[in-house]
Amino acid sequence: MSDCPQEPEPNSSISRRAFLRAGAAAAGACYAAALGYPVYEYLATAAHKAEAEGAQKEVVLNDIDKLPIPSALMFKFGGRPALLIRHGESSWTALSAVCTHLGCTVQFSPEKNQIFCACHGGIYDPATGANVSGPPPKPLSPYRVVVDQGKAVISRA
Amino acid sequence: MLQTVYRWIDERLEISPIIDHALKKRVPDHKHSAWYYWGGICLFFFMVQVVTGILLMIYYRPGPDAYDSVRQITYEIRFGWLIRSVHAWSANLMIGAVFVHMFSVFFMKAYRNPREFGWWSGLALLALCMVFGFSGYLLPMDELAFFATRVGLAIPDALPGMSQLISALLRGGPEVSSATLQRFFALHVVVLPAIFVPLLGFHLWLVQKHGNALPPSEEAKPAAERRSIPFFPNFAMRDMAVWLMALNLLALLVALFPLQLDVAADALKPAPVGIHPEWYFMSQFEALKLLGHVIPGTLGEFVGLGVFGVGMGMWAAIPLFDSRVTTSLRARLTTWFGLLFLAALILLTIIGYIEVL
Repeated sequence: MSDCPQEPEPNSSISRRAFLRAGAAAAGACYAAALGYPVYEYLATAAHKAEAEGAQKEVVLNDIDKLPIPSALMFKFGGRPALLIRHGESSWTALSAVCTHLGCTVQFSPEKNQIFCACHGGIYDPATGANVSGPPPKPLSPYRVVVDQGKAVISRA
Repeated sequence: MLQTVYRWIDERLEISPIIDHALKKRVPDHKHSAWYYWGGICLFFFMVQVVTGILLMIYYRPGPDAYDSVRQITYEIRFGWLIRSVHAWSANLMIGAVFVHMFSVFFMKAYRNPREFGWWSGLALLALCMVFGFSGYLLPMDELAFFATRVGLAIPDALPGMSQLISALLRGGPEVSSATLQRFFALHVVVLPAIFVPLLGFHLWLVQKHGNALPPSEEAKPAAERRSIPFFPNFAMRDMAVWLMALNLLALLVALFPLQLDVAADALKPAPVGIHPEWYFMSQFEALKLLGHVIPGTLGEFVGLGVFGVGMGMWAAIPLFDSRVTTSLRARLTTWFGLLFLAALILLTIIGYIEVL
């Protein structure tokens, strides 16, 4: 670079160096975006797919009249575990089985007639899903259950 | 604030001598300086390989699902085609850059004392690159991959006693199967990187230790007439510019010629017409083929592999043969040997392509 360094034009508001710097930074940002976006989308495909599966509207369970009273059946709703609890001959509840504390899977105890979480001792009411004691901050979210001739149709409440 | 953090780290790790060394480092500036970029270009493509390789491993499933997982990567997962094409194209560009790097080192006589270990570690890295290429080629388990691996493993089969060893250790049976795939996968993603990375570290450390070699034409000049530029920031900036060009070339190739997936491998189907090895195996393939016409049968292959062995040995021994800095008969002989080798490589590759296309 043997060109003699020239003073910036007195009336120009931006120097050549600042202009080149800003240009290089902008080009660098474009490259970073062009590299980052495909990588993000590539990695996110699995999550998008799981989300699409989770958009499930209803689940049909067969032969549920064979369940003893009281007892519970574990099933998957939108990729996550859920509980169908049989309280009496025609008394049913369906609840999410994901503990609202830290996401462990809860279980139904017919002896004590309660739902409990083995991870941190959270306890829920099996009839409503209300958090009764322990660390859970919220009730288990309920599903709507329609039972007809041994077939349960479970949908979002 | 930054200064305090730096001082705190420096007191414990003593990094300032390293930084001082890096800041003082200079790179010779002469009419052959452009060849100094090629090692860096190889390094750039290697880094691309590491990143895209890890990304591919996120969705790739070795074993019986391999083909289907590559099909998903190529046609279902967002930008999967891009990651896979970049990995394949960058592999080819990397091996190409390694060849250019090797021949430029050869003709600039940069293997001479004290740089012999640079030459040898470089040759070992090239050999590993080719094993990387060969093992990675099988992983999609499509028809092309299947036959390429079958043929490739059949070549050393011709050596006495090797057949048993290849079958037991590499192929995992008499036929290329998912057992072969599983071990090639382990080789490609664990064993080879575990050898390659430390060796690359050694190679790069040698470059720091010895600096850039001067070509004979510069060495002949009196020291006062030799010019050089600082590594930081001058040469490093030029290096970055070259990397940017490499990235743009890669993007262009991937956008124009994205990688497709062949039909799934089927051991019962005959080999497709016109099947041929990747370009970096073409010269060896063609040499074996030509030799097969002169000396038919297993003996021809045997002689061919013997010739390769001796040739590679001579190529590796060059620094010991041409070790003096002054121009000598040995120096000239070596240059001619290199030209002959390069010409043979190019010619055999061209003949190979003419025959298959």
